[in-house]
This record gives sequence, C-alpha cells and structure tokens, in this order.
Amino acid sequence: MFAYIIRRLFQGALVLAIVGFIAFCMFRFIGDPYENILGQDATVQDRLALEERLGLNDPIPVQYFKFLGNAVQGEFGVSYRNGIPVAEMIAQRLPATIELAVVSAIFAVVLGVLFGVYTAINRDGFLANFIMTSSLIGVSLPTFLIGILLIWVFAVELKMLPSFGRGETVDVFGWKTGLLTASGLKSLILPSITLGLYQMTLVMRLVRSEMLEVLRTDYIRFARARGLARRAINFGHALKNTLLPVVTIIGIQLGQIIAFAIITETVFQWPGVGLLFINAVNFVDVPIMATYLLLVGTLFVLINLVVDLLYVIIDPRLRLDGTEAR
Amino acid sequence: MASSRLARWWQSDVMWSWRRSPVAIVSTLLFFALVAAAVFAPLVAPYTPFDPASLNLMDGFTAPMQSGLGSGNMYWLGTDDQGRDIFSAILYGMRLSLFIGVMAVAFAAFLGISLGLIAGYFGGWIDAIIMRIADIQLTFPSILVAMLIFGVARGLTPPELRDQMAIYVLILSIGLSDWVQFARTVRSSAMVEARKEYVQAARLIGRSPFVILRKHLLPNVMSPVLVIATISLALAIILEATLSFLGVGAPPTKPSLGTLISIGQDFLFAGEWWIILFPSITLLVLALSVNLLGDWLRDVLNPKLR
Amino acid sequence: MTEHTLLEVKDLKVQIPTRRGVLTPVNEVSFTIGRGEIVGVVGESGAGKSITGSAIIGLLDRPARISSGSVTLQGEVISGLNEEQLRRVRGKRIGTVFQDPLTSLDPLMSIGDQLSETAMAHLAISREAAREKALQALIDVGIPAAESRLDAYPHEFSGGMRQRVVIALALIGEPDLIIADEPTTALDVSVQAQVLMLLKRLCRERNTGVMLITHDMGVIAETTDRVVVLYAGRVAEIGNTEQVLTSAKHPYTRGLVGATPNPANMDGDNARLNQIPGSMPGLLALPTGCPFHPRCSEVMPVCKTEQPALTPLGDTTIACHLATEASA
Repeated sequence: MFAYIIRRLFQGALVLAIVGFIAFCMFRFIGDPYENILGQDATVQDRLALEERLGLNDPIPVQYFKFLGNAVQGEFGVSYRNGIPVAEMIAQRLPATIELAVVSAIFAVVLGVLFGVYTAINRDGFLANFIMTSSLIGVSLPTFLIGILLIWVFAVELKMLPSFGRGETVDVFGWKTGLLTASGLKSLILPSITLGLYQMTLVMRLVRSEMLEVLRTDYIRFARARGLARRAINFGHALKNTLLPVVTIIGIQLGQIIAFAIITETVFQWPGVGLLFINAVNFVDVPIMATYLLLVGTLFVLINLVVDLLYVIIDPRLRLDGTEAR
Repeated sequence: MASSRLARWWQSDVMWSWRRSPVAIVSTLLFFALVAAAVFAPLVAPYTPFDPASLNLMDGFTAPMQSGLGSGNMYWLGTDDQGRDIFSAILYGMRLSLFIGVMAVAFAAFLGISLGLIAGYFGGWIDAIIMRIADIQLTFPSILVAMLIFGVARGLTPPELRDQMAIYVLILSIGLSDWVQFARTVRSSAMVEARKEYVQAARLIGRSPFVILRKHLLPNVMSPVLVIATISLALAIILEATLSFLGVGAPPTKPSLGTLISIGQDFLFAGEWWIILFPSITLLVLALSVNLLGDWLRDVLNPKLR
Repeated sequence: MTEHTLLEVKDLKVQIPTRRGVLTPVNEVSFTIGRGEIVGVVGESGAGKSITGSAIIGLLDRPARISSGSVTLQGEVISGLNEEQLRRVRGKRIGTVFQDPLTSLDPLMSIGDQLSETAMAHLAISREAAREKALQALIDVGIPAAESRLDAYPHEFSGGMRQRVVIALALIGEPDLIIADEPTTALDVSVQAQVLMLLKRLCRERNTGVMLITHDMGVIAETTDRVVVLYAGRVAEIGNTEQVLTSAKHPYTRGLVGATPNPANMDGDNARLNQIPGSMPGLLALPTGCPFHPRCSEVMPVCKTEQPALTPLGDTTIACHLATEASA
C-alpha cells in the first residue's frame, strides 16, 4: 500500500513537471515580453536591462527551474494587460470560484448518486424511466444554454433570482464569502444548478449502470439467498461495490466542474478565476493563462491523489499491497 | 450492378436495424435536412445577412413573422439589432458550425487513428510515450485543452490575422483536444489484430509496416471509429458553440451558432427573445440528432461498448 | 407426504417467455427430501437442475417464473409466497451454497461481518452474540485460527477456505435444508472431497436435509442417500443411490453411470468409458414423445410419440416406456 501511494505521488509530480514545462513554454515563447512589458517605444538599453532582470539570457533549463521556483513561492509574474501581479488577481477571485464549484459538486454528486440508485433499483418504474429519458436531453444540452434558460425563466420572467454577480459578500479572515448573506446565497442558486446539472446527469447514468452491473453479480444473488433484507442488500452490499468505480469518475467530474466553471462564470458574470482566464485567452494575457494552467493542473493532480487514497480506504484488496489492483 | 449493390446495402444488418428504429430514422432525417440546409445556405437563405450593403438599420428588432419598418421585407424569424435576418444568419451560422465540427473530428480521427495504430502495432517505448501523453491529456477536460490551444495559437498569430485565422485555429484546437478517444480504441484493436496470423504472415513476407497498417489493421478498426466519430461530432459541435459563445471562437464578423447565441443573450432582458431562441433551438436539435444517431450506431455496431 | 418429509416438490413447471417462444426448462418435476436426508439432483448442463434449485427458494431471474406446481416445506406451501415471506424462508429455513466461492462473497465486507449480518437477519440476537456465533460457525467449518480470521476479507482466503465460509454462511441461520448447487465444481480436485465431506458431516450432525445439485456421478456416489436424475427438464429416474448406481433402469441413467470412471466396471487394460451418443436437445427443439429417444439405444416406436409417465419399477421410479412394458 505504501509503495502504491509513493508511485502515485511520483506520477503526480511527473504530470506537474510536464504541465509546468508547458506553462513555462507559453510564458517564455508566446508573445513578445519586451513589447508587453516595456511598450512599443523602448530603447535598446531598456531591453538589455529587462533581459538582465528577467534572466532571459540564462540557458533554457535554468530559466525553467527559476520559473518553477518562483511558482512554488507564489510568484507568477505580472499581467500584460494591467500590470497587476497575477498571484494577487487570482487570490482575489479564487473564493468565488471555489464556493461555486463546491456547491455545484455537492449538488451533482448527492443528487446524481440518489437518482442513479433509485433508477437502478426501480428499473422499470414510471418515474425511473422518466428520469432516464430527461437525462438524455440533459446530456445534449450545452451548459451555457442551461444557464441562459434558467436566467430567462427565473430572472427575466419570474424575477425570483438574480441573473448575474455574487450578491453581497462578507469578509471572513480575508476570504470573501457569499455563503453568509441572503443575496449571496440567492445569487449562488442559478449558477450552481447550471454548473452541476450536466455532471449530475453523468454521475446518475454512471451510478445506474454500475449498480445494475453489481446487482447481477453472484454475491448479490447469494446475499438474497442468505435472506438479507432488501435494504441491507441494496445499500450495504450493492451501493458499496458500486462506489468503487464511481469514485474515480466522480473525481474526474470534479475536475470537469472546475473547467466548466469558466462557462458558467461567463454566463452569470461570476467574478471568479474562470472569467479571468477567458478574458486572458481573449487578450492573449500569457502570464494569467500560464498561471491558470498551473493552478488547475495542481488541482487535478491533488484530486487524483485523493481519489487513489479513497480507493485504498474503500477496497480492502488494495490495503495489503499495491500489486493486487483489480 | 449498381442496383444490386444498393439492394444488398439496403438488406444489410445495419440498414435492417435502422428501418426498425424510429429514433434512428427521425434523427437521420433531421440531421441530413440540417446538413442540406447548411450546405445550400446561399441558395436557401432569403437574405445575405453579412453583406453590410443589404442591411437596413430601420429593420432592426423586427419580431418573427413581421415586416421590417424600413424595407417592408418579411422576416420569418425576426431580425437582430442591425436588421439582420435571423433565419438566414442561422443557416450561415450552422454552415460554419458544421464545417468546423466535421473538420475538427476528421483531424482528430486522422491523428488519433495514426497514433493509435502506431502505438498498437509497434508497442514498446513508442506505445508508452504516446499513451502516457494521452493519459495526461485525458486528466484535463477537453474544453480546457481546446481553450489553451486556442489561446496559444492566437498568441502565435500576428494580431491583424487573428480574426481571419480564428476558424482554422478552432479546428486545430478542437481536433487536438479530441484525438485521445480514437487513439485508445484503435490501439487496443490494433494490439489484438497485430498478433493475429495474417498480420504476422504479412510481416514475414516482408511487407512494410505502413502497408500492413493501412491494408490490414485499418479496416478492422473502422466500426468503433465510426461510432466514436459520430459521438465526437456532437461533442465538437457543442464545444465549438461553447467556445464561440465565450468569445474565444468564431469572430463576430463570421458568426457560428454559438456566436449568434452570445449576441442574442444581450437582448434577452429587453424582451427580444427571438434573437437568442431560434439559434439555441437549432443548436439543440443539431446536437441531439447527432447524439441519438451516435447512440444508435453504438448499439448496432458494437453492443459491447455499452 | 409423510411426517418425515421435509421438502416436497410437486409437478413443478418453470417457464421463460422469449421472443422465439415459451421455454420450459423445468417440466413437471416432482421429488421429496426427508429430514436429514441427502438427495442428489444430477443431469447434464441445461437439464434444469439449477433452475429447480432457484425455483425452490424463489430466486428465479426474470422473466422465468413458476407456471404451475408447488413447493412445500414442512407442510407449508412456499411457492407463491411474497418477497418478504420468502426472505424469511431463505437463510433461515433453507440455506444455499453456490457453485463459485470466488464470486459468492461480497469482496468489500469482512467475512465476520457477512456472517453476523446473516445471523442477525434471522435470529433475534445482539451484535455481540452474532459475532460469537460467527466465530463458532468458522470453527465448525474448520477454518484454522478462526478468531484472527473474522476480520479478514474474502480475497485473503483460498478457494477451498472460501467455500467453507460460504457453507458457514448457509448454516448460520440454522436451516432445515441446504440447497448446494455444484458446491465443489469450481474447486481444486484436491480440496473437493474435503469440502464435500465437511458438508456431509455438518448436515448429518444437525439433521439438516441437503439437495445436492451436481453433474458428477462420483459426487453422487460418495455423498447422497437418494438421487433424482433430470433430463431436458424432466425427471428420468428417482431411486436410492446405491440401486441407481448398480442397477439403473432408465437407459439415460445407465449411460450416465457408464460414463463415469469406476474401477468396478473397468476390467482389463482396454476398458473404455461409455459415452451417450449425441447431445441433449435444446429447449426450443424438443423432440416429440420421450425427450431422450433420439439418443436412446433401446428406442421403441412408442417412444417417438408418447411422453412416458413416472412409474414405480421395483425400488425406483422411472419415466420410461420400458418400465411400463415391464409392469404391464
């Protein structure tokens, strides 16, 4: 088990190093740093001074390691567009994105698992069939259309919920949260449904098909032959075995939520890092793009590590040694 | 000859199950109707929406089935703020969306099939490198990959060419974000096929790997590839619409369905619902028909994929 | 039906509606099992042995269903009970052992928990008492160092040990009948006999009846008191194991016995196993008359048109026109 975790850590570090290299290449080779920082009418002396200051004359590997070193210390350079340090811009907007993503993820996982289990157990029921059919439309509906539809119904027509922004926020130890005010919570509803709906349908369909698979296994049949109560079989045995493959996919889905937050934040003008990133892509603001890539890469590696650890906790077969994966 | 071949095709297993599936029939007909409308957009569209000379600003915000105040022209689906005919704009937008989607999938399929065949046939370190890259890319959602590639490619093109190149950059970024599925599937089939005796025999008589790959391995992986390509097309259309909606796709001068929806969103609050509604419905119907078609193909060609 | 009868299966018929017609994998099967009696059910694969077992405990997979006939356990008809009533029968009154011990146990739950969970489902006892009982059950089936193995997971046991755990699970509710469906087929030959003897000893000690489903005449010979021979969903012959083995009346049973290696009928170096020519017909293409007639070495004209009824012949009961002729 120890070897298993070490191997996973090593793989994560490798992915991070590669992501870091791509970010570095973007940073170093895209756009013209001289022009971006100094403006168009810089003198040769200015250029040489900048070259010296940024270390652009060093060999490429040295530059790469300097870049990584800076990144570890939270130094990501300065936005080309408005000259503010990237780290500062991101730190300011991170709470908005994290709150949105976490609420959506809880929404997607809780409802997805519930619906998935329900539709698997009542395979031929009317409600289960209805849920399955509507989920097919849900999968074909692009996220931004869901957002627009919700805005149209609940903000424009019914005027029940706000259509953009975070509402009022409260400062808690430097973390600006919208979870403590009524307007902040109201503002969160539509964006988190928009962001979570697609993931919810995916989680639901996955839980359903895995659960149906498990319900067909010999040990479920044997559990019935042992005369266990239906609830004990469905939740004590079937669901637990279903969760094993589902946990991985849910991990990947959480990563998807971070990426899809870009869309939701644009639709609802949610002041998070996704909106920052999309504007950066539009204006080719490379430091922000590179930093976002690093941030998201780190996050995905962390999610994958947590998923691997959860695997070890759920599956006793992995607890002994890493070689006995199924 | 031709008629007997046609008859044989009509009698084949795939066509047999097509004839028995209402969902497949409806989605096929819908899809081809939309494709035809897009291909023949210049003939079908009543107006040329992107020719500034033909626009009449007085016709702006005409509601569906009304005549414009300026020209007196009839607009079935209404007009936008500039007096552009929504119906014509949708046809041209769909043309662009389909073009980008098909080209991106073709590019992804070419790249994925080639790399998958190479990885599966040669194995060893070539396989290890290709599949490791695929694994890492798969960690990142395709929309993020596409956006990053779009941003990078944009950074590498001179600013004055950016709008002109946007469509090709889109094709490149969507294609690059989607090759992994093809590569994975083709690789596993190729690994199985490569061990079979007829391939071994072809190797022994000294045929070049390229010929073996193309003549012997490729035909055997075509049906899963077709399924993946169909499902990928739906994803690519949605991805393109999303990118364009976000403003990192097709330029406003040449709008795709996503661009049209993003333009329409500004007018939703003012009550001009038709500007956003009709492009959205078109996108939904397009994506849904391809999705249903893909679902059906997967069931028919490869029941085991489910 | 006598006082000693534990289980009575009467004219049991199981049908499966399919697109190509209704299949009848179990057709008017009748037999009884007495208290503490070990009855073997034998036949080729597809003869309807396992489906009969599933039908008795009400675990038929949809769309298969009991279309007629009855199953009576200790005087109470249990076919046609609802799911909750059947649940109280399963595990409590009828224990079950499946073929493959590798897949019968939940891989994510310790065997101690699986045992005590089953005990608590049927006996009104506390968690501690259930754990005590689980430990005793493991000791009874001969798991070495049972106390330290309670918290072990199924993958930490060998195949033979796992089947012992499965037997412990089947017995922990103190049932009166065990249905064992090919309990040793998936095991190594070396441990097959041990597991079989264990099952036999435990059931004898507790006076538990056993329905032992197998395709192996060797297992029948070593373990059972009586034997039911099934062919294409119908009973071919029922009788005392010893009589059936030594002087089977039905040509099919004779074929089965002859196809089993047995030192008694192997005289000389060139002794060969007899084979029954052909194979069992599919359920969709059953021949008219006696289903065995196309393969029968003693086929008569009547066999091709009329289904023989179960008729007593000496100490056994057989479904064969030969018997009807002999008694006529």
